[in-house]
Amino acid sequence: MPELTDILFYAFAGLTLLCGFLCVANPFSRNPVTSAMFLVLTIISMAGLYVLLHAFFLAAIQVLVYAGAVMVLFLFVIMLLDIREEERRKLNGAAVGVGAIAVGTLAGILTRALWHAEPLAKVATSEGATRPLGKILFTQYLLPFEVLSILLLVAMVGVILLSRKELK
Amino acid sequence: MDFFQNLDPAVQFFIFSAVKIGVVFGVTMSFVAYSVLVERKVSAWIQDRVGPNRTSPPIAQFIPILGPFLTRLGIFQPMADGLKFLLKEDFTPNYVRLAYFWLAPAIAVIPAFLTLAVIPFGSTLGNPDNKMVIADLDVGILYTFGIVSLGVYGIVLAGYAANSKYPFLGGIRSTAQMISYEIAMGMSVVSVFLLVGDLNLSKVIEYQAHGGWLVFKQPLAFFIFLVAAFAETNRLPFDLPESESELVGGYHTEYSSMKFALFFLGEYANMIASSAMMVTLFFGGWTLPFLGEPASGLLGGLLHIGIFVAKMAAFMILFIWVRWMFPRFRYDQLMDLGWRRFIPLALANILVTALVVAFVNR
Repeated sequence: MPELTDILFYAFAGLTLLCGFLCVANPFSRNPVTSAMFLVLTIISMAGLYVLLHAFFLAAIQVLVYAGAVMVLFLFVIMLLDIREEERRKLNGAAVGVGAIAVGTLAGILTRALWHAEPLAKVATSEGATRPLGKILFTQYLLPFEVLSILLLVAMVGVILLSRKELK
Repeated sequence: MDFFQNLDPAVQFFIFSAVKIGVVFGVTMSFVAYSVLVERKVSAWIQDRVGPNRTSPPIAQFIPILGPFLTRLGIFQPMADGLKFLLKEDFTPNYVRLAYFWLAPAIAVIPAFLTLAVIPFGSTLGNPDNKMVIADLDVGILYTFGIVSLGVYGIVLAGYAANSKYPFLGGIRSTAQMISYEIAMGMSVVSVFLLVGDLNLSKVIEYQAHGGWLVFKQPLAFFIFLVAAFAETNRLPFDLPESESELVGGYHTEYSSMKFALFFLGEYANMIASSAMMVTLFFGGWTLPFLGEPASGLLGGLLHIGIFVAKMAAFMILFIWVRWMFPRFRYDQLMDLGWRRFIPLALANILVTALVVAFVNR
């Protein structure tokens, strides 16, 4: 009889893939709100996968930040701009090319990371608890962490600059 | 009890959790029903009316003294209200987006009940292993915030599903409001956890049992949390998504019968959840200044649960009282208060707390 965690893993993994697919290529509806809601489901089922890895902090943050804040803003914008149903456009050759390259690169990086990953035993020890995670972030990975925060700050300043009504 | 003790620990855990879930759900539901009654009675007293005092089942008249007394208190009113919601026609306007129209009320109710899972509503019952919390999560508070942040979907989708302008405006308003106040709320809690040093809610209570209630150490954080809780539950003075004087009924304008009741239920369940959060975070949970140790017996355990419920009820009454005392904010005032007052205040509070923890409390 398979373990409960295995069943849950396949359920969440399947749900993630299914909702991800329905988000980008829903054959039944071209409604942007539906796509956004499927993206929310994708994010939540990914949080479920994190829980199965004992990364509770990551799972909670995933739901809180992406499902709870970012996607709500997405919905806000979709509704405020009153985006109607997307028509089926013809495929743009350049876009397909760039998309294929991006997906290929990402897949390559992920495969390489998985290939070189250390055995699972080591992952289980960190348990994804908040305290060790914080310690690691502020000692071993301090530089990347701070660089990321500066990147976010730059993006924020950029948004404020762009959204000002009158540009001098 | 022998039969129960002989069971597999996993099965015991399963049965025990199921019982806890059932009891918490049942108590919350009846709490919801009777807070509606309290709301009606309190509003009546504030406005110098009598409130519901007629509804009674036929048998109540035959009980001497007690029957008429309970009727006058309106004790039977929630049953009539519930029955009415169930029996009324469930009307679906023909221009709504049907899938979302059905989903939205459910999405509005579920998060409120999910947050209750991590709240420690008592110490122990019977033996020390029977912790009175459904899920003792290490990231308890983050879980709560994650789930609370999902609550907004119910309202937004309701506004979208109705496909007409007033609900739509209500939905849009709630999105902006919830996001703004969630930030202030989250930040106010950071300073609490700087002091406690753990995200687990049981640990927060343990800390308060020995070090005094956090409301005295973090009054500013509590105030910000309280106001943000009003905004998150869409209660007056922050009921902009609903604001019946300008938006008809806001996001639930097109809803009737049980679907409307679900929004109603969601609002009150949210109030209960945030009252429970405030009691846990700032008012010592199930402890009293002289009752801080986990209970050893059945009676002590029940007493702790009683203390928790009493504190929670006090917050519910505060929620209700405020609703009938304050006028609604204007939308720009609401945004101004959230972004330009509370977020800087909460940030300053975090900074000061961090400095105190770093230099004084070491």
